[in-house]
Amino acid sequence: MARTKKGARKEDPGAAAAAAAAAADDGPSTSYDATLPASLEEQRTRIVCKPDRNLHTTSTIAATQWASLGVDAAFDLARFKRGFDINITRYEGDDMEFEMKGVSCAVANSLRRIMISETPTMAIEHVFIVNNTSVIQDEVLSHRLGLIPLKVDPRLFQYKAKEDTPSEQNTIVLKLKVECRRLPSGALENDKVYSSALQWLPEGSEMPDETSCRFASSQAALVPEGVRPVHDDILIAKLRPGQAIELECQCIKGVGDEHAKWSPVATTWYRLMPEVVLLQQPRGKVAEELAEQLPGLLHLSGSGDKATVVVGDVRKHDKLLEKVRRLSGEERYAPYIQLRKIKHHFIFTIESTGAWRPHELFNYAVQMMVSKCDKVLEGLQVFPNRSF
Amino acid sequence: MSLGEAGLVNQKYALLPAFLQAKGLIRQHVSSFNHFIGSDLLKIIRAKGNERVTCDADPNFYLKYTNIYVGRPSLEEDYIQTELTPNQCRLRDQTYSAPITVDVEYTRGKEVVIRKGKNNSGAILIGRMPIMLRSDRCVLTGKSEEELARVGECPLDPGGYFVVKGTEKVILIQEQLSKNRIIIDTDSHGGIVASVTSSTHERKSKTNIVTKHGRLLLKHNAFTEDVNIVAVMRAMGVESDEEVLQLVGTEGPFATLLTPTLQHCREEGVFTRQQALDYLASKVKGGSRPPGAGPAGGGFQRRTRSRVDEAREILANVVLCHVPVVAFDYQQKVTYIAVMVRRMLYAMLDPSFIDDRDYYGNKRLELAGGLLALLFEDLFKRQGRRPGRFECDASHEQSYPIAQNGKLKRHIATTLELHIAFPIRSSNLHSRSSALPALPAPQFDIAKCIRTDTITFGLEHAISSGNWTIKRFRMERKGVTQVLSRLSFISAVGMMTRITSQFEKTRKVSGPRALQPSQWGMLCPADTPEGESCGLVKNLALMTHVTTDEEEAPIARLAHILGVEPATLVNQGELRERGSALVFLNGNILGVHRRPKAFVRAFREMRRRGKVGEFVSVYMQHDTVQIASDGGRVCRPLIICDKGVPRVKDEHLRLLKEGKWTFNSFLTAGLLEYLDVNEENNSLVALYESNCGPRTTHLEIEPFTILGVVAGLIPYPHHNQSPRNTYQRPLLTTKTIELVGFDRLGAGQNATVAVMSYSGYDIEDAIVMNRASLDRGFGRCIVLRKYGTSLKKYANRTQDRIVLPAAATAAAASAARPGKFRILDRDGIAAAGEVLTQGEVLVNKQMPTNTRDPVTAPNALPDSFYRNAPITWKGYSGGEKCVVDKVLLTSNDDCSCVVKVLVRHTRRPELGDKFSSRHGQKGVVGSIWSQSDMPFTERGLVPDLIMNPHGFPSRMTVGKMIELLGSKAAVCTGKFHYGTAFGEPAGLADTVDHISQELVEAGFSYSGKDFLHSGITGEALEAYIFMGPVYYQKLKHMVGYGASMLLLERLMISSDAFEVQVCMQCGLMGYRRHDGTTLCSTCKSGANMAGLRLPYAMKLLTQELQSMNIVPRLILDSQ
Repeated sequence: MARTKKGARKEDPGAAAAAAAAAADDGPSTSYDATLPASLEEQRTRIVCKPDRNLHTTSTIAATQWASLGVDAAFDLARFKRGFDINITRYEGDDMEFEMKGVSCAVANSLRRIMISETPTMAIEHVFIVNNTSVIQDEVLSHRLGLIPLKVDPRLFQYKAKEDTPSEQNTIVLKLKVECRRLPSGALENDKVYSSALQWLPEGSEMPDETSCRFASSQAALVPEGVRPVHDDILIAKLRPGQAIELECQCIKGVGDEHAKWSPVATTWYRLMPEVVLLQQPRGKVAEELAEQLPGLLHLSGSGDKATVVVGDVRKHDKLLEKVRRLSGEERYAPYIQLRKIKHHFIFTIESTGAWRPHELFNYAVQMMVSKCDKVLEGLQVFPNRSF
Repeated sequence: MSLGEAGLVNQKYALLPAFLQAKGLIRQHVSSFNHFIGSDLLKIIRAKGNERVTCDADPNFYLKYTNIYVGRPSLEEDYIQTELTPNQCRLRDQTYSAPITVDVEYTRGKEVVIRKGKNNSGAILIGRMPIMLRSDRCVLTGKSEEELARVGECPLDPGGYFVVKGTEKVILIQEQLSKNRIIIDTDSHGGIVASVTSSTHERKSKTNIVTKHGRLLLKHNAFTEDVNIVAVMRAMGVESDEEVLQLVGTEGPFATLLTPTLQHCREEGVFTRQQALDYLASKVKGGSRPPGAGPAGGGFQRRTRSRVDEAREILANVVLCHVPVVAFDYQQKVTYIAVMVRRMLYAMLDPSFIDDRDYYGNKRLELAGGLLALLFEDLFKRQGRRPGRFECDASHEQSYPIAQNGKLKRHIATTLELHIAFPIRSSNLHSRSSALPALPAPQFDIAKCIRTDTITFGLEHAISSGNWTIKRFRMERKGVTQVLSRLSFISAVGMMTRITSQFEKTRKVSGPRALQPSQWGMLCPADTPEGESCGLVKNLALMTHVTTDEEEAPIARLAHILGVEPATLVNQGELRERGSALVFLNGNILGVHRRPKAFVRAFREMRRRGKVGEFVSVYMQHDTVQIASDGGRVCRPLIICDKGVPRVKDEHLRLLKEGKWTFNSFLTAGLLEYLDVNEENNSLVALYESNCGPRTTHLEIEPFTILGVVAGLIPYPHHNQSPRNTYQRPLLTTKTIELVGFDRLGAGQNATVAVMSYSGYDIEDAIVMNRASLDRGFGRCIVLRKYGTSLKKYANRTQDRIVLPAAATAAAASAARPGKFRILDRDGIAAAGEVLTQGEVLVNKQMPTNTRDPVTAPNALPDSFYRNAPITWKGYSGGEKCVVDKVLLTSNDDCSCVVKVLVRHTRRPELGDKFSSRHGQKGVVGSIWSQSDMPFTERGLVPDLIMNPHGFPSRMTVGKMIELLGSKAAVCTGKFHYGTAFGEPAGLADTVDHISQELVEAGFSYSGKDFLHSGITGEALEAYIFMGPVYYQKLKHMVGYGASMLLLERLMISSDAFEVQVCMQCGLMGYRRHDGTTLCSTCKSGANMAGLRLPYAMKLLTQELQSMNIVPRLILDSQ
């Protein structure tokens, strides 16, 4: 998406779709009709990346922030609808990258936080070790097992409170039984125990007396596609001939807030849309030098004294951005070039562990946020409407 | 491959791994021990005083040791010899030792019996020698990694320590002033003193020549007061003053300086040899026998000798005892005294001739081998006999002073007396043997007379306690050995290179503690502890070698061949001829050479050609040539340069690279040589090839080898403020790390660190940790603790036992065992894998209540006969659970059953745990935050820990910043980066420029800073954050008190605890009456009084408030 040089804000309520897209970068919708001065507008929508610090990192909070300028900064749904846009730019396996425009960073961050720590998955929580003669200690083995992501929809299960007994509604039972042997050929069998060795027990524990886990009915119907680790090649332990591991695991539903193993994402984060701005058109030698320093990002047109540069596609030259920032600190280039970040244009990345599809995760996070907002509204209604 | 002119710089580093491969990290210990086993032992038993044992009872009898052998570590159990492995010893609390056997020759009646062993072992066992791990005798030597694993040994373990009674003990390197060398010093009055500490196998003595009123006097323990030195020389046969002057030197003002001494001698009336001896005799310490008048002296041959004889004897054998006097020919000793005097006179004229005691050339390091040799010789002399039929009375035994082979000698005497006595049944039969039945005496067998425990227990006890007691020299040292620290691999290796000195730690002298320029390259300048032992405990540098004793005779022969004229053969005047120099070998005068410079050059050439040992040093000191071949000198290898051109060339390094050459090839080819501290003074050593000039004689191999093993682990230490380096497979390694093997046994993790202030929980060096990182396993460690017990057997045939408690056995059928016996197995020992809670019994041991009186059936005693003596687990409650890891059942040397329980505790970092980077930047965990609250970068990176930037300015740990940059670049490029000390010019450390370049290529800021968003608000942070991986290590957790315990300790117990009586009704303080009852003076009743401990300050406060009409009431609550 090529950006044009930013000037003063042009307000055009009946804009076409293309204009709306551009407008979306101008921040969350507010209902003001009057225009802000250009410098304030820049502060409102852009972070300026100076070589040693970032300027204007804070977002607008109060609706009355510019009341004295005759500008109302209150939230306006219609404008939000017009400015909001989501565009998936990459979707590979469990990774998704999309751009989200026109929301405040508080919203984006809430979604990020919900995905990391409040979205449930199933993970191994209790390990009943029958035998473990490997060199890996019981605790360490259990810890490793706990971190294996499982491919199962957590929405099919209930949370299990500490005092609840394990049942088919809140617990999945997995079994691991391997023994390493030397085959007649001399090769070793099971010398490496991978996550694929974990077996699902839909009927529940095979030793209910010890694990106090009794299922009333089979889980086979509940989870027709079965329960298995997302990856089959996670190394759990290494064995030598004669060593064996036999254990049973109980998986329960939990959230990342409690332990990172329940976090459905390896990580999820966003960054702001970068913008390389020519403060004034460099000409001649300076232009040539800049184009040489930032190949691809700046295109040279003309030559000699008439040489000028045009900013190319910023997204395709991520690795040059830090260089732009450094150059903007050098006396020679400072008047010409600047790196900025667009405050309300997020490039969001979700790296799912595999239990959820990334877009489902995002949907869940949005729903979660909606329900949280509902709760707040509900709470507010309890109080009488009074002014303080 | 072609190497340019500057190519050598980058290639000569290859010599270092070759050196370490050939020698190993702890070579000093191993080679000294090997030297002890290989040659010192034989020398000891062949020494004049030790070789023969004679008998007073039978003058024809003698026992002669002909050879000595130390076998392989083995163990005899139930008459079966099995090979002993170190790990077996650790587990079974045994000593890793090998039998010492001897060949002997002795008389039986009229015949001479020669007893020799076979297969490299002697005929008679005399004791057991603890074996140093990885020495020649150790079973581990020469084993491959796989074989080592099979005997339960870590392939990376360096060895160099002992296993004694199951614990690993290191004999620390001891530093002391060199023996048999003249040291010129000043006394407290500023007078010049020449002192020599003489040390021979038989005797140690200290001789001083002091100045008093311009006179030179000999100060020695054997004389009651200081004696005139000229008189001493007279007594040695130099009668004329001219001769004295000629010996000392006639040049310059020497005669003037000596005049007061000569004058004094004249005043004392000493002109002839006889007069001199009379004069000395009057000063000999009265009455006392000259210590060890004869080598085989002892109290037996006390002759009545005239005092003159005594004086003569003292001069011959006690004063400067290391200078040999054969048949009272004092020629050598007189010359030696003259040299001492001459050096004193020099020092009087020019104070720069005063020696520096702290100069490292004057120091000798005593290693395990040397210390063991001292101890062994002492024990060998004391060695007694096996307890047999003719047991000696213990008290009787002690009444004799310790003499050579003392106990053995006495025992032979008693035995032989019996042999003589029995057949004829004479009346002068040994007093106690009359009580014996008149059995025919068995044939005399020397093996039965030799008692093995003196040596075995003596060595074992010394190593395990660290108390080195050498009776002969009245030497008593404590703390010679230490338990090997196994906190981390590096702490174990660091311990082996540690040097302690004999200086008192409390003395506030700076001299011995200061870093001496002569320590360059020999000792690590950074690695010394803080506090009282700072500068006294040092560490060897990476390439330092400590020499072992070398045979003197061939060296002396070579010196004579090269033109050294024996001092006895030249005229005294010629000794001091201009241009000629006295040649010393290990502090003794060898002779004179007329062209000393040529001699030194020739001698060095001989060494480079391998005709003399590589560690023999030769150097010019003033107007003397010193040759040293004694043990304990520190030396290091350097590249030889000819007129500034290094001898090591590209082709040699290529051969090394191809594996055709080893480090030793360089030595034998004369390209490298070892220089000791003294010889370094005669050399001009260039640090880099570019520094070489025409006068350069040597080139350093690699600059970072001046650091020790431990300091070498710190990346970029030369960028840090020096005190920060004084601390205890990261992404950013140093060459030392690779050489040591630390990359294979890492002790930390590469944490992604954000240097920022984020919340207030990171002030004062605290760090904020990411909880998700901890969840995923960051900073976990496993702490193992051993609990052990042994089952003892008692005299009345009862023994300890382990049983299930009675209550538990009864209940066993029905339910799980109750309470503290929950985890016990059927054998009464905790089961492996059980989770422990506080107070649970690990081993339910019971002891018999009566261990003295005989019992009828020791195997079937009632339960009531035993009382409980369980091993309980006293772990602290809370936190993670501890687990029984392993249980070991075995038997120890006393054949009693040993039970060991290993308890494992997997610790996850928690608030207050201490972490540190490798730059002495330690900090405690101040807060643990969830991942969602942590800041994140534009690439989604979330830091594992947050460190406050205020840690940097005052600490000046620039090295840490470079480490962060380097690690970040390493992650980007997928290649390990290096930060070796002083390594930039040689390409062993990446430069910041280079690292920044890589960072920029990877799209990062050249400065290592990132654009971060706050995890809490989601907004971008105003500051750019310095962020990247840094290697962090978890420090040993000090189990501390809780806050309440701490307050109690500080405010009460160690302050002013005071007991008061408080009335529970009115809350005011009462008192205790003389009869012990308590009374409240307000309520006039003693009914509701309670004793209370509180700080006296508190009691005073309440009373002072009362005096101001304020009533503070203590309201008590019964618990």
